[in-house]
Amino acid sequence: MKYILETKSLTKSFGGVHAVDHLSINIPQGIITGLVGPNGSGKTTLVNVLSGFSGEDEGSIVFSGVDRKKILPWENQAYGITRTFQQIRLFDQMSVLDNILVVLTERSPLAALFERHGAYHLKIAEDILKRIDLHEKKSHHAGDLSYGQRKLLEMGRVLAMNSNIILLDEPFAGLFPEMVKKIEGIILELKKEGKTIVLVEHNMAIIRNLCDHLIVMDAGKLLAEGHPEKILAEKSVLEAYLGE
Amino acid sequence: MEYIFHIFILIFIYGILAIAQNLVMGSTGLLTLGGAAFYGIGAYTAAILATKFGVNIFASLALAPILAGIIACVVGVSFARFRDDYFMLATLGFLMIFHTVVRNWEELTGGAYGIAGISKPELFNFTFQTPASFLLLALAIFLLTLGISYRISRSSFGRVLNAIREDEDALKIFGYKTSSYKLLAFTLGASLSACAGVLFASYITFIDSNFFTINESLLLWSMIILGGIGRNRGAVVGAFILIIVPEFLRFVGFPTEFAGLLRQFIYGSLLVLLMLFRPNGILGKYKL
Ligand SMILES: Nc1ncnc2c1ncn2[C@@H]1O[C@H](COP(=O)(O)OP(=O)(O)O)[C@@H](O)[C@H]1O
Ligand SMILES: [Mg+2]
Repeated sequence: MKYILETKSLTKSFGGVHAVDHLSINIPQGIITGLVGPNGSGKTTLVNVLSGFSGEDEGSIVFSGVDRKKILPWENQAYGITRTFQQIRLFDQMSVLDNILVVLTERSPLAALFERHGAYHLKIAEDILKRIDLHEKKSHHAGDLSYGQRKLLEMGRVLAMNSNIILLDEPFAGLFPEMVKKIEGIILELKKEGKTIVLVEHNMAIIRNLCDHLIVMDAGKLLAEGHPEKILAEKSVLEAYLGE
Repeated sequence: MEYIFHIFILIFIYGILAIAQNLVMGSTGLLTLGGAAFYGIGAYTAAILATKFGVNIFASLALAPILAGIIACVVGVSFARFRDDYFMLATLGFLMIFHTVVRNWEELTGGAYGIAGISKPELFNFTFQTPASFLLLALAIFLLTLGISYRISRSSFGRVLNAIREDEDALKIFGYKTSSYKLLAFTLGASLSACAGVLFASYITFIDSNFFTINESLLLWSMIILGGIGRNRGAVVGAFILIIVPEFLRFVGFPTEFAGLLRQFIYGSLLVLLMLFRPNGILGKYKL
């Protein structure tokens, strides 16, 4: 397997809590890696550090051979990483369309000031909204959408970013079955496009259905890693869940 | 008639200030109390250049925004690490520094005496002396400002500013170096405010530091909050109402000092009532 993202002894603490504790993992390229573990095992913290949302305390992240310590949050795009948030973070008082457009347009301030974003970006944004069934809501404020639609809009933003590495933090949590199907479909399409996906998820049926590789965390440490079927049969993994 | 012209000239000047305040605070979410300082920098630039060097007000209209922009850039870079309420305190500090400098650098600013005898703008041997002609000039610059700010709001730059107001940390990881956007918005706002300052100085021909106190900054807050945060139209409506109302009170015969107090009282109550019952303002869709 070819690895696109590696962590080496990565550590992130809050006060005395080692949310991520000397974690060394490898994320294989072009497939879906499930990231599971009991609540509080550090999955979200790991996603935060991998996406540059928060800095690490120790250890390093190597991304396609580049040491991530030198990468600043806003350089994410250049390095091809994007993510969704477990606690949805949209630009609430902006239209649904603007929520997509803002991640499509020019990043430099002067270019943004003089750019006529015009037909090109608009077409991409509208296509994405159609793909996530939000085209009719395009001029609504993102904050006025239902919970499920907001989850979808976060997926729309991922589509617009068109990054190679996509970190999804519980994209299915609290969704009705049709919505789950919809997002599963999008994730599988992304995989078909050759994207590398890291999926944080609790539902084992979804994990079995989608994931090619599984990483189990417990208390910030790596508990097990390998093929989902094999890992989910392991005693230590079951114990970590039952002991929760 | 002249009185009506006078009121509209003030409305246009404050309209420019409110539009600038809206760009920085309404669109970008930067809580700045520095509005009055950049307004003052514009006014003093025009006053000093006109009285000491005989520089035409039109030249000041070009120079003052550049100077205010440079100062805003320097100030903005050092304030970049502050957020929200700290940023507000920092801009308050800046306003206080501005006052200290203006009051104590007497050779340049006239200190407590201020600067009198500021000239009217001149273009091709025509002097904008009459209220009517000055009104047209103020209107032209107001419309230019409005045009610029509409252009900004509709550009993807404006969209990024709104996203910064909504969730700066999230926006960063989508590839935006938000600090440069905030700096540019702050600088543009300062330049526009300075234009208003130049107009004001030339219009009333006398300035001192009392025109540019924190009350002025708070008045700008009231204007954009009343009109509706984040909307250019709202800023204009807010400026219109908050200039008209006190003038109206004076017009119906309240004594000046009483009108002054009442005016403060009205601004204060308006802000509190709006925050309680309609935090989005009259035309507004957004909250800070
Ligand atoms: N911002 C924070 N401040 C303090 N503690 C935190 C913070 N974020 C996470 N933690 C702690 O870190 C641990 C891991 O949390 P998290 O990464 O959210 O786990 P998971 O996503 O696996 O449920 C928990 O003990 C949590 O309380
Ligand atoms: Mg989590």
